[in-house]
Amino acid sequence: MTALASGIERREKVNRPAVRVPAERLLEVAARLRDDPALAFDMLVDHAAIDWHAENRFELFYHLFSTAHGHALTLTAFVPRDAPVVPTVSRIWPVAEWQEREAYDLMGILYDEHPDLRRLFLEDDWQGFPLRKDYRDPDMLEFQK
Amino acid sequence: MTGALAAFAAFGAAETATAWPVKTVAARAAEALPDNVWLAVLYMALALAGLGALVSGLGMGLIYLERKIAAHFQCRLGPMRVGPHGIFQTVADTFKLLFKEDIVPARADKALHVLAPFLAMTSTVLMLGVIPYSPVLQISDVNIGVLYITAVSGLGVMGILLGGWSSYNKWSLIGAMRGAAQIISYEVSATLALLVVVMFAGTLSLSGIVTSQAEGWWIWRAPVVGGIAFLIYLTASTAEINRTPFDIPEGESELTAGFHTEYSGLRFAFFFLAEFINMFVVAALTVTLFLGGWMPFHVGGANAFNAVMDLVPPGAWFLGKTALVVFVIMWFRWTFPRLRVDQLMRLEWKILLPIGFANLALGALAVLYSLYFFPGA
Amino acid sequence: MTVNVKTLNDIIAPPGAAASALATEEYFVNMGPQHPIAHGSLRLVVRLDGETVREVIPVPGFVHRGIEKMAEHLSWRQLIHLTDRTDYLSALMNNWAVARTIEQAAGLATNDRIETVRTIVAELQRLQSHALWWGVLGMDLGAFTPFLYGFREREVISEIFEDTIGARLTMNYIQPGGLMYDIHPDFAQKTKRVLAYLKPKIDEYGTLLSGNVILQERLRNIGVLPAARAIALGCTGPVLRASGVPCDLRKVEPYGVYASAEFDVPVGSKGDCWDRYCVRIEEMRQSIRIVEQLIDHIPEGPHTTVKFGARIKVPEGIHYGQIETARGILGVTIVAGGKADAPYRLHFRSPNFNNLWAVTELARGWRIADIIAIQSTLDLVVPDIDR
Repeated sequence: MTALASGIERREKVNRPAVRVPAERLLEVAARLRDDPALAFDMLVDHAAIDWHAENRFELFYHLFSTAHGHALTLTAFVPRDAPVVPTVSRIWPVAEWQEREAYDLMGILYDEHPDLRRLFLEDDWQGFPLRKDYRDPDMLEFQK
Repeated sequence: MTGALAAFAAFGAAETATAWPVKTVAARAAEALPDNVWLAVLYMALALAGLGALVSGLGMGLIYLERKIAAHFQCRLGPMRVGPHGIFQTVADTFKLLFKEDIVPARADKALHVLAPFLAMTSTVLMLGVIPYSPVLQISDVNIGVLYITAVSGLGVMGILLGGWSSYNKWSLIGAMRGAAQIISYEVSATLALLVVVMFAGTLSLSGIVTSQAEGWWIWRAPVVGGIAFLIYLTASTAEINRTPFDIPEGESELTAGFHTEYSGLRFAFFFLAEFINMFVVAALTVTLFLGGWMPFHVGGANAFNAVMDLVPPGAWFLGKTALVVFVIMWFRWTFPRLRVDQLMRLEWKILLPIGFANLALGALAVLYSLYFFPGA
Repeated sequence: MTVNVKTLNDIIAPPGAAASALATEEYFVNMGPQHPIAHGSLRLVVRLDGETVREVIPVPGFVHRGIEKMAEHLSWRQLIHLTDRTDYLSALMNNWAVARTIEQAAGLATNDRIETVRTIVAELQRLQSHALWWGVLGMDLGAFTPFLYGFREREVISEIFEDTIGARLTMNYIQPGGLMYDIHPDFAQKTKRVLAYLKPKIDEYGTLLSGNVILQERLRNIGVLPAARAIALGCTGPVLRASGVPCDLRKVEPYGVYASAEFDVPVGSKGDCWDRYCVRIEEMRQSIRIVEQLIDHIPEGPHTTVKFGARIKVPEGIHYGQIETARGILGVTIVAGGKADAPYRLHFRSPNFNNLWAVTELARGWRIADIIAIQSTLDLVVPDIDR
């Protein structure tokens, strides 16, 4: 447990239990969270990303829920904006396959080993990632001040 | 009063004793031919015009009826705006369909695409020709009527198959394949049910089958087997005309519109019309075979009762009974969900067909030992 | 590192020979976006072998309006308007989810009247939503009549909403800190009348559709979703409960006045389409029960605790709130920071988005018609998937 805990710290300013993990240890922590019977976080309720543009990084959050124990946890991880690559958790929580596709589609997060990384809502040839703070749509003239 | 009734009964008895004066239009024409060619031609022209009027009248009437019945099943009024109670709505819709653009998909097989709706329509109209509407109102009484009906109704599947295949659309093709499989399967059961009546009546002629029911309709006069055959025939023929719960070739929520997805305007109207007239034909045949056709409700031996029944003209009997069966078929449609394609096949091959065969065998025994009501009549 | 970005064309490559014993060829068809089953505009790319479904590839996005992006430019009050437009059949519950999250984050208090009214209207809407679902299910399975019956029941509830809210679909009623308007004077009386009308109607649903042998054939043992799989696929709401997991936020973490109301959470045993059907029918009865308990006991008080036009300030941080809508858990993640009067980032965990993916697994190996039954019992509202 202590070995696992290294690099994991509490994520402040979240209105429920939340921890921050280094992106490279995400898989390991996620697997433990699901498989440890005392934790048993069997449902990935939600996953998305936040663009902290000023800090030049993305924050990924994973809202977990345990149907067995009824407890919840939020997992967050930072990835740099210029290389937003994280391992996929879709092998741990299958629903992540699509939640991650949404994050890729709208925020441009790249998921390592993702089985089917495609645009979800936008067309395959869409340029850019609309939810990023620096996104400019060439056709949306009213936003181009 | 009693005297009058007795006289009435006697009159009725006399009436029933004489056979019904069956005379088809074709027979009249044949009769007139040696003396007066033009009279024969007039008869034939009348028959043709009658058929045409019947097709359009039935189409409009049944569509209006269906919409009104559906509406009242669904707690609404249905068409109300065009004419009193919306009776001209179908006329308006017909004009709309006539003026709509006729679209043929670019890669469709044009010749077959154009031909298919007419094929569907032709088989339907061919069947209208042999139905006995009343003793004097039948275009032609083919002596192999039942066989003819079975053969011609099988032709309708060609329209569906060609329409779906030539449209160059996967949904159409799936619909057509479903339609072909379904119609061919259910034809077997429908025919088995028909055979029961043919055995009891001892004739293949439709008029003959009607007159054989003077003492009682086959649905109850043939003990139990008649009722079972009726149910099988109604089910199988509902499937044959692709109505809910067997409307999988169209399967609106599955296949968008099935085999007629790519049809529009007049050609779509033809498929649509064929479907409604098919419904009428099926109802008319059910009535002819099981419910006495134009024959009034008679109970063998109860002459006074029969006489009262005879007051209603045979044509009205036919129309009333047919309307009842049409209503039942519409009732199915607005109540039942749709079967899945494999469940449909299971129903036919594993349930209806064995029952049909057993029923036929039982029926044969009943005929052999004259085990039916009022055998002497 | 193997980040491999694909396109739809990559995965619908020319299909090969089918695996069946007959020498057939697989083919792709598009179910939607223009298809009666699309329920809006959802595209399913289906790989078929004859009638048998080999693979379902959902392609959402036809109703994607960028609600999350738009919300970043709207104030806390204004963004309530957007929530009506996601799952439009649970508009009030969507309002509530966002309002509740903002209230928790900004520390706004509400009173008993507000919470009771919120609970009542949310349950009425659940009832309305399930009634419409029932009708649409009937139509999807080929029985058109239930569709209009469902709308008939929907209509009477819409009238209650219209009296109080003035709108029938996009309500925008539940605001951070209260309600947009106080309830109509006739609200309680009319609601009771409607409940008395609805109770026998739900039994009527049984005679018209539930008891039909064809319907049962079409639903029983079709699309079985085991509990573990339902959880892994992120399914919530009636879909999850039909698989036997009694996870209902109204019980698990009660909000509103659900803690004081008495109701049961119907749970299925197998997780097939029939269980999902029965769970929803029973939920309608339970919703009636909840409203009946509350309708006579609406406490007095103001209908809002926040002055009209007052600015709401949400402290910096990630705030997550969730409620149980008619289709499952609607989670709202609000990220506040920078400007205090608008979200820095807003993310909806929409129930339909997560329920949708079950169809890829459930439909495999079944027939075309079963896709319809499965999708219909998942009860998807497409604008909520696409947002």
